[in-house]
Amino acid sequence: MRELRHLMSPLDFSTAELDKLFTLAEEIEANPSKYAHVCEGKKLATCFYEPSTRTRLSFEAAMLNLGGQVLGFSDANSSSAAKGESVSDTIRVISCFADICAMRHPKEGAPMVAASRSSIPVINAGDGGHQHPTQTLTDLLTIRAIKGRLNHFTIGLCGDLKFGRTVHSLINALVRYNDIHFIFISPEELTIPDYIIEMLREKNVSFSEVRKLEEVMPMLDILYMTRVQKERFFNEEDYVRLKDYYILDKEKMELAKSDMIVLHPLPRVNEISVEVDDDPRAVYFRQVQYGVYVRMALLLTLLEIDVQ
Amino acid sequence: MLNVGKIEEGFVLDHIKAGKSMSIYKHLGLDKLDCTVAIIKNARSGKMGKKDILKVECDINTLNLDILGFIDHNITVNVIKNCEIVRKLPLSLPKEIKNVLKCKNPRCITSIEQELPHIFVLTDEKKEIYRCKYCEEKYGNKDKFKI
Repeated sequence: MRELRHLMSPLDFSTAELDKLFTLAEEIEANPSKYAHVCEGKKLATCFYEPSTRTRLSFEAAMLNLGGQVLGFSDANSSSAAKGESVSDTIRVISCFADICAMRHPKEGAPMVAASRSSIPVINAGDGGHQHPTQTLTDLLTIRAIKGRLNHFTIGLCGDLKFGRTVHSLINALVRYNDIHFIFISPEELTIPDYIIEMLREKNVSFSEVRKLEEVMPMLDILYMTRVQKERFFNEEDYVRLKDYYILDKEKMELAKSDMIVLHPLPRVNEISVEVDDDPRAVYFRQVQYGVYVRMALLLTLLEIDVQ
Repeated sequence: MLNVGKIEEGFVLDHIKAGKSMSIYKHLGLDKLDCTVAIIKNARSGKMGKKDILKVECDINTLNLDILGFIDHNITVNVIKNCEIVRKLPLSLPKEIKNVLKCKNPRCITSIEQELPHIFVLTDEKKEIYRCKYCEEKYGNKDKFKI
């Protein structure tokens, strides 16, 4: 019997496996009707112990697009966790109802505990500030689909680089590809953590740190914007001071290359001015669509459904 | 000068950092063994100035050397048979340790999940860094000496 495959971290897949996954996602994008019924009779359980409309709906849309069905809960109060049930017990029960499970939990490592007890594949749909692998897969697929490659580019990561888990995850995933130059654009208070800098130095990956977005705009092939998250601050004053530190507007976009692309994990607050939305280089809403394709490809891969 | 007699069969753990013997006693589960244990604290040492020593009269397969390796791999483990040292066991950093450290991250699943073992994995041998298997919270050398 083959070992059950789960997804806990974006690094769980080798670059060769990711290539295969992204090729499948692109094939799904090109031929959606071919995949419209391939998951008939299969059920996805979305076990969301904390609210996350976007990720949950993206998973549900992915399964529905494949002809499967979905069941689940969208906050801990409507699950047996409110009665004190452990994650280990919950997943054993869910394993009897569904064929695959996407789990979001505020406690870090909860999906890993679930995976260790599960008889169905478990996908980490976000565990606290720890991992959110399907966001990283979404980011990678968006870059690959639009730029046509996952190597040889300069990427600027802008905003909250200290607490932004999507940024950390994306860096860890991108260092496995060749010739990528990182430019970290953040205020002094929200710089990239030391352990990431150490990792980049150890791997001999080229990077630079700047405070001003304008000065690096012409060099970028990709700009990854992030939101300064209010929930990460203990002090309202600090949040108010830093939230408007970077605002991407038309003026700054004029400094960028004609084929530069802007990504954002969303939700956006005001770090990208609405006037930028109509710029063809602003791809953050297409990124959401790629999120559905990559989740479709992931569901098929983990369920081992091979479509000829 | 205090004299503690020889043991027939078991271990002598030498060169323990002064003051750490009780922690090792606890983590090796020596309190649960029904055998003679001598704890010698602050013994004079040419190399260390002061050191602790543990003498344990027990079956030589009873000791979990992984824990010892994690706490301090500079400890000398002398295996005793017929009152003589027959071997010195090398200690190394274990790849994984279970229920020795508690994860201090309040957002870690170990803080709420019943009976979940606290497992730490060696992620950087050179810097002696362990990370929680679940949340990847980092534990370095400084944290080790707190246990």
